[in-house]
Formats: sequence, C-alpha cells, structure tokens
Amino acid sequence: MIYNSGKIYTGLAIFVLFITFPIWYNHFDASGADQLKKELQKPTVSKECVAPAAEMKASHMKLLNQWRDEVLRDGDREFNVPVEGKMYQKSLQKTCMKCHTSKKKFCDVCHEYASVTPYCWDCHLAPVE
Amino acid sequence: MDKNRRNFLKVAGISTLAGLGAPAIVDRVISGKAGADVFASGGNGGHHEAEAPTHNEPAHKEEKSGTRYGLVIDTRKFHANPELGEKCVHACNQMHNIPQFPEGSKNEIKWIWLTNYENAFPEHSQQFRDKYTEDNKVLVTCNHCENPPCVRACPTKATYKSKDGITMMDFHRCIGCRFCMAACPYGARSFNWLEPKTVLPNPTNPDYPRRMRGVVEKCNFCSDRLVLGEQPACVAATGNSGAMIFGNLNDPNSEIRKVLKENFTIQRKPSLGTNPSVFYIV
Amino acid sequence: MFEKALKGNTNYWIWLAILGVFMAIGGMCYVYQYNTGLGTTGMGRDISWGVYISQFTFLVGVAAGGVMLVLPYYIHNFKAFGRITILGEFLAIAALIMCLMFIIADLGQPIRALNVLLYPTPHSMLFWDMIVLNGYLFLNIICGWVILTAERKGVKPPKWVYIFVYISIPFAISIHTVTAMLYCGLPGRHFWLSAIIAPRFLASAFAAGPALIVFVALILKRVANFDAGKEALNKMVTIILYAAIINVFFVGLEFFVGYYSNIPGHMHTLEYLFFGLEHHGHVYNKLVPFMWAFVILCIAGITLLAIPYTRKENEFTLGLGCLMLFISLWLDKGIGFVLGGFVPNPLHEIVEYSPSLNEIMITIGVWCTGFFILTILYKIAVGVEHEIEH
Repeated sequence: MIYNSGKIYTGLAIFVLFITFPIWYNHFDASGADQLKKELQKPTVSKECVAPAAEMKASHMKLLNQWRDEVLRDGDREFNVPVEGKMYQKSLQKTCMKCHTSKKKFCDVCHEYASVTPYCWDCHLAPVE
Repeated sequence: MDKNRRNFLKVAGISTLAGLGAPAIVDRVISGKAGADVFASGGNGGHHEAEAPTHNEPAHKEEKSGTRYGLVIDTRKFHANPELGEKCVHACNQMHNIPQFPEGSKNEIKWIWLTNYENAFPEHSQQFRDKYTEDNKVLVTCNHCENPPCVRACPTKATYKSKDGITMMDFHRCIGCRFCMAACPYGARSFNWLEPKTVLPNPTNPDYPRRMRGVVEKCNFCSDRLVLGEQPACVAATGNSGAMIFGNLNDPNSEIRKVLKENFTIQRKPSLGTNPSVFYIV
Repeated sequence: MFEKALKGNTNYWIWLAILGVFMAIGGMCYVYQYNTGLGTTGMGRDISWGVYISQFTFLVGVAAGGVMLVLPYYIHNFKAFGRITILGEFLAIAALIMCLMFIIADLGQPIRALNVLLYPTPHSMLFWDMIVLNGYLFLNIICGWVILTAERKGVKPPKWVYIFVYISIPFAISIHTVTAMLYCGLPGRHFWLSAIIAPRFLASAFAAGPALIVFVALILKRVANFDAGKEALNKMVTIILYAAIINVFFVGLEFFVGYYSNIPGHMHTLEYLFFGLEHHGHVYNKLVPFMWAFVILCIAGITLLAIPYTRKENEFTLGLGCLMLFISLWLDKGIGFVLGGFVPNPLHEIVEYSPSLNEIMITIGVWCTGFFILTILYKIAVGVEHEIEH
C-alpha cells in the first residue's frame, strides 16, 4: 500500500515530463546532426588557418582568449600571426572574419548544433551578409 | 542522524571537495607560475601605478623610461575655429561606433566632448572672468592619469594601465559595477545602460568593435590606431592646425614636450594627485 | 530545525504569502531589467549608483549591528543577552543576503560576478568588501546554526564554534568599515572624502541594527509568545541611544567642517541635501524633504528612547521610537549619503535622480525576500526556544 499515492504518482509524472523535456520539446527530432553535414563555408582568402584545422576546431576559443589577453593586457597589436606567408594581427574582427566572411555559414553552423552562444558578436562586428 | 550515515556524508563531502580542487592545485604547482594557464588573469601588461609626484617635488626629476602617452589641447586654436571641437567629437564617435543617445539624457555615452570652462576647471576662480574665458569651450576626455583612482577601484582589473601609459578598458572582464565611474574625478566614464544596438543598429566603423550593454567605456587614446602609426582620431581630425598635440611624455625630445616647455599649461584638478596626462593651453 | 518553519498559524502564512507576492513581482521586474539593461532604472551617467547600492550600504550596517548583541554576551558575559544573540545573528544573515542580492541586481553583467574571485585585486575595496561580506555571512550561518542546535539538544555548544564567534566580532566591524572605505577613498567625491565616514557608518549601524531587533522582538512578544526579557531590551535601548546620539554628533561635525571652512566641496552636497542648490536659475531640491524627515524622525526617536516612561513602561512608544530611528537612519544612509555623493557631479553640473518604477519594485522585492528569510529564521529560533522551555 503506497501512502499518498495520488501525490506521488502526480509528482512522478511531472518529473518524467521534466526530465524528458529536450526530447519531446524538439518533436523527437534529433536531426541537428544534419546541419553539420552541410558544407561549412570554405575560407575565402587563404587555404590554411592560423593553426591546423583539427587544432582550431578543438581550441579556437582558447586561442581567441589568449589573443585577447595578449592584445589588451600586453599591448601586442603587432602583425605577427603568420598565415600562408602573410602576417596578421591577433584579431577576430580584422583577421579571422576577413577570411571566414560569413558568420551564418561558418561560425553559426557548429555553434547552433552545439547549442553554444558565444558573446563575441555582441561587440565584434561580423561582416555584413 | 544515524552515526554511520553521518560519517559517510562527511567522507563523501570531503572527497568531493578534494576531487574538485586537486586538479586545479596540481595544475598550478606543475606549471609553476600561475600565468601559464591560458585563462589566467592575463599578461603582465598589468597596470603600472607610478608614485604620485607631490606639488613640492622639484622639476628636475630623472626622465622616466618607457612610453607615456599624453595630450596637449590648445584651447586658443579651438576658440579661433569653433567648428574644430565638434569635428573632434564627431571623429571619435564615428571611429568607435559610439551610440548617440540624446545629449544630456541619462543614458548618454560620451568619450570626448565640449564643455564650458567652469565645468572643465571647476576648481579655478570663476570670478570676473575675461570675455574669452567666458565663451571658451573646452574639450574634455579621459585624462589617462598616471595615478588613476579608477584603476585602484576596479575589483577585476578590467581597467588598468597599459605599458605605454594609457588607462585601458577590458570590456570582456568588466562586470558593470560602476565603481570606476564613482571614482573618476573627471566624469570621463560612460556606462552602457541599454543595448547600444537600439540606438546604433548599423555601426559607423566596420573595422572597430562595438560594446555590449552592462560595461563601462571611455576614451582609450585610440590604442588600436597607435600601432599603425596613426594619431588618435580626435587629433587626426584637427589636421594641421596644431590644436591637439599627442605624443610620448617620457621622451624629452618629442614634440609634445617641446610644446609643454614653451607654453604655460594647466591640468584638471591637479590637487587630487592623479597626475593627468592631458594638458591644456588656455 | 527547518521543520520549525513549516508549522505556523494563519497569520504566519498570510505574512509569508504577502511577502511572496512582492518577491514575485520583484523577480519579474528583475527579469525585465536583465533583458533590457540597467537603463530601465533611473540611474544615469552622472548618478551611476542609485537605490540598489544605497540599500546595500544601509543593510551592511544593519547586518553589522548584530555584533552589539554578540559582543556583550560572549566577551563581557552579559547573561541577559543569552536568549537573543541568535536574533542578531539571524538578522545578519538576512541582511547580508539582501546586500548580495542588491549588488547582483546592480551589476551590468551579473553573470560575470565571479570575475571578482577569478581575478583577485587587493587594491580594490570592492574586492575586500566581497571577502568580508561573504565571510561574515558564512560566520553567522555557522555560529547561529551550531549554537541553536546545541541549545535545542540541551548541551553546551562545541568548543570550536567559539573561535568563529570571536572572529565574527572584528568581522562585523570590518564589513562596515570596508563598505565605508568604498566611499571615503575616492578623491573625486568631496562629500565622501572624509575620515569620519567609517565612524559615522559604524555609529548609525550600531543604532539601526539593534533598533530593528528591538522592534521585531516586541512583535515577537505579541505574535510568537517570545519574550526577550526586560533587562535585555533595556540594555539594547541604551546601546541604540548612545550610538544614535554619536551619529547625530558626527553629522553635526560634517556640517561644521563644510560650513565653517566654506570650502565648496564639503559644503555643496550638504546644501543640496538639506536646503536645495540653486544653479543657473533652477533649484534642485528633490531630496530636501527626505533629509528633514531624517532629522525629525531621528530627534523624535531619540527622545522617545531617552525618556524613561516611553522607554520602559510603554511598549508601544518603545517600538515606535525604534521604528522611527530605524527609518531616520535609512533616510540618512540609504537616501542622503549615497545619492548625495553624486551631486554635484565632477564637472560641477547638477543632475538629479529618481528611481524608476521597475527599480522600486525590484528594491521592494529584495527587501521582502530579506524579511521572508528573517521570518523563517526567527520562526526557527522561536520554535527552538519554546521547545527547550518545555
């Protein structure tokens, strides 16, 4: 015999609904992975990036934070980032986005799938699309 | 509570704390100085707080090494050319995507602006002024003090002195507590009370970022332009008139030092010991 | 011991419900502010701190006031305070939580609040404020809870808790000194640039905190059958009286320095607050009624507490006196001190401030949260007292 069975079963039902929220809220459709299969926009200026693609995929956020501290705190605004022979500044807006010109077709594709919302573009301007 | 359960919880709690804390401690110990961590408090650019020279110190101090950027504003030239001041303000606003809230509104953001003589130099005598001073409009901005109270006040080092004497803002770290605004004796700082995009949907300068709401901003001596060999936007806007001279105060042979040697200059509120880097020829 | 807060009479639940309504409204208003920005408040470029920080400043004082119960009991063995030190400690907890809520409400980027911990900045007073406020909160939670639990079980508290009790005493002084140091070290604000700010803060804190405790103790006598005891209340009133008189003396000194030296920096803000400032044909005097209310309520409160009849024989006048004093000190610190510091601004322009409706509702919401927490904590304390009496 379960005491307070009414309250317990109601509570359990609410809990199950709550815990499975991500599943039924997205209409049982986990097809976000399809997005990644779409072509990521190819870089428009150089074939290579500041670091190899796999490394950039894994740690571009760390690199950007490092650049931010080096530019702001150490005052290093020199053109000392080599990409395919040319030297660039450490800048998201003036370096990265000049090659990856479409925020929607490059940056947002993975960010939306991973459901992260970096606040970079609250301030740093993305090229007009 | 049952004694065994209590002991279990004690052990579990302590192990959790140890487990969470251990990697961080080991990491720090192994990497030696804390700066090795990428997310550390950021370079050793830090802020340098020079000792505040008192009024009594004689002029023959040793020349300091390193750069210390400063500005001389010749109000005579601005008085002669009334539109020049507005050109400077406009150039700054354009260059930095500064959202234009209505003038005098509480949400106003201004990095450099024109004000009356009695507001720029409130500690000076305002009695029986000559006509020139009565009409004189003075450009005011952040003074990039050598001994800045705002840097002392900031709890996160979001505002700090750069190696070349500029009082910088790190908008990524600012928590928007506005302690620096209370500390600044010159009212040089503005806060983003609202989203800048509401007033400035399209940025005026695509090569310079905007700011987000909830952070404090102010003049930064156009530190991004200096590395390209350019003058700050306001100085550039004065063209060849010589109304604003920008340079390295620590270099005894620089143009700004020459101008300072040859002209009588005043500063805003010098008795506060902040040692501003902006001088005025009135 | 939380179960003590779950059983109460109808009035108890109605009181909590009313507080809950205002908490919910405050919460919704905060969501609006969080999504839109601090522009929804009345603060602006020239008055960059408003109602939130002024409430925070006042409440740090109220929290520090609890030490006026702890110090006599634990250091000087004043036994009569034995039953009510817990009231001081729990008040400190509620007040400190309110302080932290006001700070979070005031931040432009609240999710970055941890930056203060991640990038410790010893030369910033806000850093030390964060440390001592949280430290004192932690100390009061430990001391209050452990000692109350020990009382409930009828045993002496464990020896180790006394270390925390003794540490909490200098901490109490430090929270309000450090908060005062936020203000009195800023070279640009002449109204705040005075060595007497910290002593003034402490004096008004030691009057306001105990005044609230006496007021609530009288209420507890009516609604919860909890008697703090005449000796304890009398002693507290003595402390309140001396502290309030010292505060008045300090305010008087501020007036002297400002008006006798005639230096504009010290004088102009006092003139703005108490008489109104005339500037370019316009008279700025929004805060004048509040400041005179402070003066009148302060004098009335002190009088009621000084006269033996109204202090000892008549509980209504005692409560009234304490309430008047509490409100007057709130006006002095919460409205006059913080808001006055921004007038005139560093360029000697005058900008006045009025809080927006959204701002006021958030403020009320936080105050109600504090009283909610205080009610729950006091219910627990009173519940335990009743339990051990039987």
